Amino acid sequence: MVREIVLSFQQNNFVDPGKWVGFENFRTVFADPAFAAAWLNTAAFSGLALVIGSAVPFVLAVVLNELKHAKAYLRFVVYLPVMLPPAVAVLLFKWFYDPGSGLFNQALDVVHLPPLSWLDSTSTALISLVIVSTWMNLGTGTLIYLAALQSIPGDLYESAELDGAGLLRRVWHVTIPQTKLILLVMLLLQVVATMQVFIEPYLLTGGGPENATVTVAYLMYQYAFNFGDFGGGSALGLMLMIVLLVFSAVYLRISREEAER
Amino acid sequence: MRTLVSPLALRTPRGRIVYWTVLTVTVICFTGAFVFPLYWMVTGALKSPDELAQIPPSFFPKSFDFHVYADAWEQLQLGVFLKNTALYAGGAWLFTLAVDVTAAYALSKLRPVLGKLVLGAMLATLMIPPMVLLLPTYLVAKDLPILHADLLNTPWAIWLPAAANGFFVFLLKRFFDSIPKELLEAAEIDGASPLRILWSIVLPVSRPIIGVVSILSVVTVWKDFVWPLLVLPETDKMSISVGIASLSAQMPQNVLIASLVIASLPTILVFFVFQRSIMAGLTAGSLKG
Repeated sequence: MVREIVLSFQQNNFVDPGKWVGFENFRTVFADPAFAAAWLNTAAFSGLALVIGSAVPFVLAVVLNELKHAKAYLRFVVYLPVMLPPAVAVLLFKWFYDPGSGLFNQALDVVHLPPLSWLDSTSTALISLVIVSTWMNLGTGTLIYLAALQSIPGDLYESAELDGAGLLRRVWHVTIPQTKLILLVMLLLQVVATMQVFIEPYLLTGGGPENATVTVAYLMYQYAFNFGDFGGGSALGLMLMIVLLVFSAVYLRISREEAER
Repeated sequence: MRTLVSPLALRTPRGRIVYWTVLTVTVICFTGAFVFPLYWMVTGALKSPDELAQIPPSFFPKSFDFHVYADAWEQLQLGVFLKNTALYAGGAWLFTLAVDVTAAYALSKLRPVLGKLVLGAMLATLMIPPMVLLLPTYLVAKDLPILHADLLNTPWAIWLPAAANGFFVFLLKRFFDSIPKELLEAAEIDGASPLRILWSIVLPVSRPIIGVVSILSVVTVWKDFVWPLLVLPETDKMSISVGIASLSAQMPQNVLIASLVIASLPTILVFFVFQRSIMAGLTAGSLKG
């Protein structure tokens, strides 16, 4: 395993037969107009997926934690999409997004809203990817938050209520501080996971329209396997790795703190 | 146990109304968001291409014609894909258990020199995102160091990387650590070798965690897309996810949807049967929980 890491450092200095080219690969990649788009899209995707993909499961978990009925059913159902193979989930949504007979435009029609072109327009394509990815990964976050919520001692809520704190203030002053660390850890994990997004653009849009959904991982794949340029691909991989290692390092620190508590 | 809302507030008439409203809304929304797409998929496959394109769509298919499923099975050679995937997942499972259990046992109980360092290195691999290791691992699989074997288009390309899973080693080690020392020492005094202790004492008491690791490893391999896409480019070697995706463009829509249903059945079934263990594994994977 350690070898692999070493390899990934060397690889970007080798073009296929193993020629030393220095920073040539980096220059090629930088000059690609898709390069900036890929980083911007990846950042935008992570940002959106972070906001939607963390807030939604947290809210769901808070609501679920209050319910006393149908708990097993709800927990089962929310985890269902996680068990689908991602390729299936993505292709399923491709059908839902279909501009003609797709489920989503039909639903918009029922409430008398104009249809959207989802994957085919530069303005909606990226958010469409975020929706798929949130849908299929939601369950994990919800269940982990739920477990964290259950460890909050009830008397904290009790005393907050005696102090006259309303519902939202109790969430803000008790629930969130008590789950702060797990929230942070999950946020970081999400950043690391979403920065590597590949399957959604690969299957749904092929990076288009007009590079609106090219991501770094997708570009890396294209370089290595469509253009046959492993050097360029590795250069991208290395850049991605450096960015992600920063997040991982922070994650490690926080989880250590958490373990010590 | 008391949560955000106090039980007193729930017992008032207003509290009851709010509670039941929230409950109903949640149940309806969850069903709509997470079950309905699956329902739509299963029934969508039963519709004829005309009915699929029809606006507005029909909620129930007009006829229950299971022929599409048979079509999908034949046209997409789903049988081959499923067999491949089962082979990959099964092999990966065996290798995962063989490698990770022995590794965790060695680290936990035999305490070799540098054991801490090895464990640290394994944990470090968890920190490195899989996507950036994609190219180096691919090159390793293409030309295995020392042996110079080309693993592409062979099951080994799936089995070997799947077996080297630092997370599973870590989970197993934590569980093994909790097995009382006295038990093992007693066996040692009776003259049992380390391997025998592993086989007849450690494994039987570790059944729950081994179950969790087994399910996770099979499901992970079954769901994986990117890696099999790279290392199994030959059509008749593809795993089911890759196979369906690569043939999706040429298929009539109802056949494609039918094949999606077939592809997701195994993991959904596994979830129905083992949901308890899967959820336990999930929270064991999180830090606290």
